[in-house]
Amino acid sequence: MPKDHGIGASVKRREDIRFLTGTGNYTDDITIHGQAYAVFVRSNVAHGRIVSVGAEAAKGMPGVLAVFTGEDFKDVGGNPAGWLIKSRNGEAMREPKRPVLAHGKVRHVGDAYAAVIAQSYNEAKTAAQAISDASVIEELPAIVDMRQALADTSNRVHDELPDNECFDWGWIEDNRAKVDEAIKSAPHVTTLNLINNRLVPNAMEPRASIGEYFPGTGDYKLTTTSQNPHLTRLLVAAFVLGIPENKLTVVAPDVGGGFGSKIYHYGEEALVLAAAKKLKRAVKWTAERSESFLTDAHGRDHVTKIELACDLEGNFIAFRTETMANVGAYLSNFATVTPTFLHGTLMAGPYKVPNVYVNVKTVFTNTAPVDAYRGAGRPEATYSLERVVDKMCRELGLDPFEVRRKNFLTPDMFPYTTPVGLAYDTGNYHATLDKAIQLGDVAGFEARRAASAAKGKLRGLGLSTWIEACGIAPSNLVGILGARVGLYDAATVRVNATGNVSVMVGAHSHGQSHETVFAQIVGAMFGIPEGSIEIVHGDTSKIPFGMGSYGSRSLAVCGQAMANACDKVIAKGKKIAAHMLEANEGEILFSDGVFSVSGTNRSKTFGEIAFSAYVPHNYPLATLEPGLEETAFYDPANFTYPAGAYICEVEVDPDTGKVDIASFTCADDFGNVMNPMVVEGQVHGGVVQGIGQALLELGVYDENGQLLTGSYMDYAMPRADDVPFVTVDHSCSTPCTHNALGVKGCGEAGAIGSPPAVVNAVLDALNRAGKKIDHIDMPLTPSRVWSAMNA
Amino acid sequence: MKLAEERHIAAEPAVVWAAVLDPDVLKQCVPGCESLTGSVADGFEAVVVQKVGPVKARFAGKVTLSDIVEGRSLRISGEGQGGVAGYAKGGANVAMAPAKGGGTTLTYEVEAAVGGKIAQLGSRIIEGFAKNMAGQFFDKFQLAIEGPPPAEDAPEEEQKKGWFKRLIS
Repeated sequence: MPKDHGIGASVKRREDIRFLTGTGNYTDDITIHGQAYAVFVRSNVAHGRIVSVGAEAAKGMPGVLAVFTGEDFKDVGGNPAGWLIKSRNGEAMREPKRPVLAHGKVRHVGDAYAAVIAQSYNEAKTAAQAISDASVIEELPAIVDMRQALADTSNRVHDELPDNECFDWGWIEDNRAKVDEAIKSAPHVTTLNLINNRLVPNAMEPRASIGEYFPGTGDYKLTTTSQNPHLTRLLVAAFVLGIPENKLTVVAPDVGGGFGSKIYHYGEEALVLAAAKKLKRAVKWTAERSESFLTDAHGRDHVTKIELACDLEGNFIAFRTETMANVGAYLSNFATVTPTFLHGTLMAGPYKVPNVYVNVKTVFTNTAPVDAYRGAGRPEATYSLERVVDKMCRELGLDPFEVRRKNFLTPDMFPYTTPVGLAYDTGNYHATLDKAIQLGDVAGFEARRAASAAKGKLRGLGLSTWIEACGIAPSNLVGILGARVGLYDAATVRVNATGNVSVMVGAHSHGQSHETVFAQIVGAMFGIPEGSIEIVHGDTSKIPFGMGSYGSRSLAVCGQAMANACDKVIAKGKKIAAHMLEANEGEILFSDGVFSVSGTNRSKTFGEIAFSAYVPHNYPLATLEPGLEETAFYDPANFTYPAGAYICEVEVDPDTGKVDIASFTCADDFGNVMNPMVVEGQVHGGVVQGIGQALLELGVYDENGQLLTGSYMDYAMPRADDVPFVTVDHSCSTPCTHNALGVKGCGEAGAIGSPPAVVNAVLDALNRAGKKIDHIDMPLTPSRVWSAMNA
Repeated sequence: MKLAEERHIAAEPAVVWAAVLDPDVLKQCVPGCESLTGSVADGFEAVVVQKVGPVKARFAGKVTLSDIVEGRSLRISGEGQGGVAGYAKGGANVAMAPAKGGGTTLTYEVEAAVGGKIAQLGSRIIEGFAKNMAGQFFDKFQLAIEGPPPAEDAPEEEQKKGWFKRLIS
């Protein structure tokens, strides 16, 4: 019988009981007595000068309690970028102020320039429309295309900046000359121009926030859809509204998906707090789906040229990348790190290439802010690399499997410092590739291709080998690189008097299954039933500190903090046991929930120790403190480096260009796996999002900056019949060397590795059918594939 | 989006020109026009009700005639705010010339842009919508000048003129 509890068991998710029975507790489920409703007045134009805001129009309308405009927030702080990136010339990035409500100008469709608070939602909405109708916004030419934005300095998103560039970053600048020289003298250079398509994150639960203010104490409370409540508290308190941190509680209850878009602090959160204080009553805002499309931070949106230099046998000599990355109208909190340190540092891939250089120009445009979306920079890096490798193989007539094999780092090379500054600690890329080849039955491909051909379909096989840096991140390293925060995490383990355990963890769970998996770890460490362990998260008044759930960091960073706190509890338990058993502390052993004296049959259970800790009737108080509760902060020594190989098979209908995914195989190395079922679920979800990017999804702005894909009629999300059953394997594991759990992180993997596998498979199908097609930009819709075939 | 079309109108260019400048003709021809007041010189205030895909709205805005080259060409442009629906704006460059064999050849280039909810929800159909709007406008315009096509048993002389032509002849 498979293991049903403990580390490595596929324990069923305890959170599903409430999620599947409709008893979750999401922000919009919460109603505070006397709560009022906020509705935002949003710009219909992409770029415009605010001539006048018709706030007067709402005065006296039924139910209206207050109106806020940009004027009310012009003296408060702006919402800052989390990373300070420097340009190649040493200049700091341009960092225009991001206000709570637009002031002076509106800079994207959906930019809020006023807000109405009313007794009811409908009254607020009616009043917001009246304000919109009465406002005068002089439309300016929209800045949408990145090339044009850089070329035309006369029309600027931010008037106070000299142009529309945020920074021009080189990584590593010292590599530049050497890389240029290597490419110039290489026997073969493959060049690929590609677009990493703009994506809308589409969390199932739209953003929502409730602000409360307690006049008796001066305390504030923000309940909000956040992946990162402590960071939101820091930003709102210290940067935007100037509330003392100890007077603000941020609670993120159940959150229905984030994928990155809910890491950041948004202006709506500050507004509901300011409004709650002014009105002395709770104020709630819940986004409509249209608002989510317009204002949630979008993802990707890179325009890239990548060059691969190699010898004629396909041994890599150099990679050079030039990218323009869209940051939208304002800098979202991670907008500057996503296209730089989460992208450029991965441009060596899993390969022993000696020369790598990356140049990234980030560009302001009149579009929604762009920031991290599942994978964040690493999917962009992987896509560029894995696409150009396949193109080179076609140009030189080489086998894509063999080329990767001969260029992979080998296990004896670790630790290995890449030319772009990361120190990979461990991995075995040949093993995952071989596993994927076996599970994907590459040997049987020709037979399947013949079967497809008999049906009139073109079958193709695509490979992608990926690596990422996650478990974000060592504070001392990211501090050097420009991070304005540390990236440790924290946990408090509180053993209650009756022996059950409350674990307060910094990492918020919004789909990652922490409540189940973290309990498995604590249960195994303490030798107690998982059912007696509660994982508490998402409330800054309860948990010690947290830096958020993103970057596949929850387990590798917060999980390790929790394990360290458990170790401290065990150490304290040994002290108590030594006292109770009249032995020396050094003689106490702990295993399977029992403290015992070495070499004797004298012992105390975990529960007895806990009870004693809270009923310390005979404690030597000078040397033994009552209570059994410990906190640990953990700052990782390095990133973690999960990696893997993905194989996709597609069938293309030559008459329509429609692509069907016939099979998808993943062989990943996530280090040690705590709960295989949860890991498989994470990979399934990531792969589906990657297939969405490869075949379906595209955020489109027209030349006037209007979002044309503003609903599910026009923005195609993957549906059940678009995706295959995904084969997932994580048996080729090389445990992480620098955290005790040996874990690497699996949340982003699927979204990182899958898009190039899908596109490579489609191009393989077309080339096997005699169509010399090197490239089609994502998403590979039937229209794009058909057009390429019939060009 | 942009589109260009051409059609033949069975009336002299002078008659067609006079019709273009007539507010009553404009009001009759703008699809969904509820009211239109003003003058060629000052521009017109118009209220137009239209449905773009899933979004139905009453647009209040301005219609302006500009770039007038007497008897030959002009530009009709309009811009309307549709409240919660967003906005629509567009224009048509219209030119007329004597057609071979009599009548007038009317050519027009139309461009249209929408913003706000209509753009987010209806972008797929906006091109078809604009084409349809322009088509309807010039159908009605043609009808106003030429009158309806002759019914088979109708007396001929009454059918030859549209209401505008009857008015001026």
